[in-house]
Amino acid sequence: MNKNLAWKLVVIVAILLLFVGGILGIPKDWSGAGLLASMKSQIHLGLDLRGGTHLILQVQVNDAVNVDSDNAMARLKEDMRTRKIGYADITKPDVANRPDLIVVKGIPPDKRGDFQSIVSDRLPEYETTSGAENSWTVSMKPQNLADLKNRAVAQAIETIRNRIDLLGVSEPVIQEHGLGQYQILVQLPGVDDPARVKDIMQSTAMLEIKQSLGGPYPSEQAALQDKGGVLPPDAMLLSGRNPRAAQGDEGEAWYLISRASAITGRDLRGAEPGRSADTNQPRVNFVLTGEGGRKFYNFTSQHVGDSLAVVLDNKVMEVATIREPIKDQGEISGGFTEESAKDLALTLRSGALPAGIKYLEERTVGPSLGADSIRDGVRAAIIGMVAVLFFMLFYYHWAGVNADVALLLNLVILLGFMGFFGAVLTLPGIAGVILTVGMGVDSNVLIFERIREELRNGKTPSSAVEQGFGHAWITIVDTHVTTIVSAAILFIFGTGPVKGFATTLVFGLAANLFTAVFVSRVIFDWVLSRKQRGEALSI
Amino acid sequence: MEFFKNSNIDFLGKKWYFLAFSLFFSVAGLVSMGHRWASTGEPVPLGVDFRGGTLVYVKYSHTPDPAAVHSEIERLGLKNARVQRYGESGNNEVLISLDIQETSEQALDKGKTQIIDALEGAGSSAHGGKQDLNNASSLTLARYLLEHDPLHLGVDANARYTAIGQSIVDYRDKTKGGVLSSLDELRGTVDPAVTASLQDGFYLSDFGVRNVEIVGPQVGQQLRKQAILATLYSLAGMLIYLALRFEWIYGVAAVLTVFHDTLITVGAFSLLDREISLTVIAAILTLIGYSNNDTIVVFDRIRENIKLLRRENLADIVNKSINQTLSRTILTAGLTFLTVLALFLFGGEVLRGFSLALVIGILIGTYSSIAIAAPILVAYQEWRTGRGQRPIAMPVRTGVGPNQVKGSAQPKEKVKA
Repeated sequence: MNKNLAWKLVVIVAILLLFVGGILGIPKDWSGAGLLASMKSQIHLGLDLRGGTHLILQVQVNDAVNVDSDNAMARLKEDMRTRKIGYADITKPDVANRPDLIVVKGIPPDKRGDFQSIVSDRLPEYETTSGAENSWTVSMKPQNLADLKNRAVAQAIETIRNRIDLLGVSEPVIQEHGLGQYQILVQLPGVDDPARVKDIMQSTAMLEIKQSLGGPYPSEQAALQDKGGVLPPDAMLLSGRNPRAAQGDEGEAWYLISRASAITGRDLRGAEPGRSADTNQPRVNFVLTGEGGRKFYNFTSQHVGDSLAVVLDNKVMEVATIREPIKDQGEISGGFTEESAKDLALTLRSGALPAGIKYLEERTVGPSLGADSIRDGVRAAIIGMVAVLFFMLFYYHWAGVNADVALLLNLVILLGFMGFFGAVLTLPGIAGVILTVGMGVDSNVLIFERIREELRNGKTPSSAVEQGFGHAWITIVDTHVTTIVSAAILFIFGTGPVKGFATTLVFGLAANLFTAVFVSRVIFDWVLSRKQRGEALSI
Repeated sequence: MEFFKNSNIDFLGKKWYFLAFSLFFSVAGLVSMGHRWASTGEPVPLGVDFRGGTLVYVKYSHTPDPAAVHSEIERLGLKNARVQRYGESGNNEVLISLDIQETSEQALDKGKTQIIDALEGAGSSAHGGKQDLNNASSLTLARYLLEHDPLHLGVDANARYTAIGQSIVDYRDKTKGGVLSSLDELRGTVDPAVTASLQDGFYLSDFGVRNVEIVGPQVGQQLRKQAILATLYSLAGMLIYLALRFEWIYGVAAVLTVFHDTLITVGAFSLLDREISLTVIAAILTLIGYSNNDTIVVFDRIRENIKLLRRENLADIVNKSINQTLSRTILTAGLTFLTVLALFLFGGEVLRGFSLALVIGILIGTYSSIAIAAPILVAYQEWRTGRGQRPIAMPVRTGVGPNQVKGSAQPKEKVKA
């Protein structure tokens, strides 16, 4: 055969080997089990084949905005006091929908300028507008508000990633999901009981240390009565365990806690589970950062003799009196089991969630279903493929072998692509492979039918082959491009399993473009080169 | 061996039969959808992806009784639960579904936990506080074994017991389909000391949870929007591509054809009371692509023949083109149909809706290229000649306006070897 043809055959064999490499990777040993293991590490199975949990969460960004505006409000009050600006009232009128909105009433008209300068100097992310009757609205600038919300989502992703890493889940997927809805997609292969993971992910673990202004009270009303029926503006009521309750008693008590925090979770450097020296109960020890330690030292120095409350997720964990300034270490005790202390230390170590999260979607595929799905899918694929292979042989005689070789090569290239790109194989993806077989063989049918037609019209075999490929080429491109565009749209808009389907479809069609046109042609040329003059083409 | 060697069927002449056939099925589908819309508010049965709600797939170790399961669940206060047999009868599987009202976003998995509690029934307390081995994760098993240390491994037990826990779960799930009937079944897999230890802390319920799907209302709405957008973009892409490669009337004909295919397929789902899930939408988009392919093959041949047979009228050219491509059309349809039939019959229950959509879609898609797309082309040309205008569909041009003719320039799709 001529040199051109030989080179083309070499190229085909090289490509075959290349893509087999994509499927198998570099196996550690060449036995059956070794090859299978190697393949498993190259081709990633989707959750629906492997078993695992798929979650969609929404970050409650308003929580993060509320924290920021609470701090802004505290700073505003402090500054107004230092600048001696009197005011009647300062509130957040609509915490649910406008968490960034603060309304200050009763600023004397001669202090307008002062007030405005406070906002512009000390609260650069906020802007202020005057309203009726000496009232002012202070709200976040839109750009800053959007930034804060996006940062909350990014931080939530990081925190969740840390927590899941610490849990030891293999190959998790944690990424932003959807458009502009503050949603996060979490995929946990192999986790068939999501309850514990969800609890760990969800706990905001907002640790704050605040000054305790009163308590424990047996109820909210008792607390209010003690303050004359009105809650001081810089304090809030939080519930917690009653320290005087007997061991095991679930008694609840209420405390009056200052709104501003001495330290927050951001000042934490580390946390470890441990045991209380005197009671041997499980507890959590924490260590503060340098800056946090300094802040804490200042705070405790100024408040010796006062009470400190350790607040976790807005529940009072414990209250203690400050006997001397504390530098940078502390502990939280109160009603922990060994496991809950471990979990809390884990969540504290991974950083606090900047905002609460809500679950929007949960899917758990048990591994038994995954195994069944693989078995069914592969079985259908083999049956479908064998049917097509046989038919091509039967209908197109020796040319059928040509089509069958192209088909098998197609499969190898498709799986190889998936191995190279690290694409995920899902159950609809297996269906996509089956579909590619059916649609791929269409290209061969197009070409072969054209060749038969040309032969019928009296052309010689080699001319018929050339005409066949020539005319069919345009149609093949048209049909493949339209289906690939369809699949691309499916990939963009689809979720996990559907994305897998679109992937195998696109790779399969791309592979088909190569095998149907190049490989089939080369095989035909090779067959023709070995024929005698005037010998018929078996098709 | 060759089918359709020199066929010469007058397809266009039969167009009224085709129209009647299409109309029949379209109307049947529309009537079914309308009826469903009137009685339930949804034109087609929507899967949990779009409707929202909770689905729990459970496999029993014995033949389950849906009615008994339903009353158990109702007793716990879940009013809108539906319990039905699922999959092949030998599989002992049951599907329990809760509507969206029971699936609030405050506690998304509350319905699921309630169902599992109901199924456990008196289970845990009746067994003295033991845990259910059939629904335990490998982590739970490993932790229990670590605490009780039946093999007396001492310090380095963690890795060993984690592996043992995993192997028990693997055996239960991959070999036994998710449910163990008795601890004896573990005999070959783990040390008897381990089994004895497990017996103290675990009991075996008669069910195992295979699959859970919980979709909150927000996500359901989002997915619905995405599905519609994806379909519209697909159609738009098709229209643009075809208008560029052919004439715009070809694009319109193809889009109308695809509409017809989608309508009949969706109508079939309504008639057969089959749910439309995300994967079914993927199947529908795929069959749009397939039907389009099929139509393009015929259109390509028509375009080629228009250049060759300038003297003949469009109806004859179209007929001839269909006949010439008939062999390929039937063969490809047949082969693709073979593969999706294999999927439908052997691919398992999870893909059943998906493969059904493809089975129907491939048949209708092939039929429609011949029965709908081609007659639309001819009808349009006859309409234009009837109105005294120049027929737009021939000869082929690449310019913009309707009156530019390419003349003797070489066709731009020069054959490449």
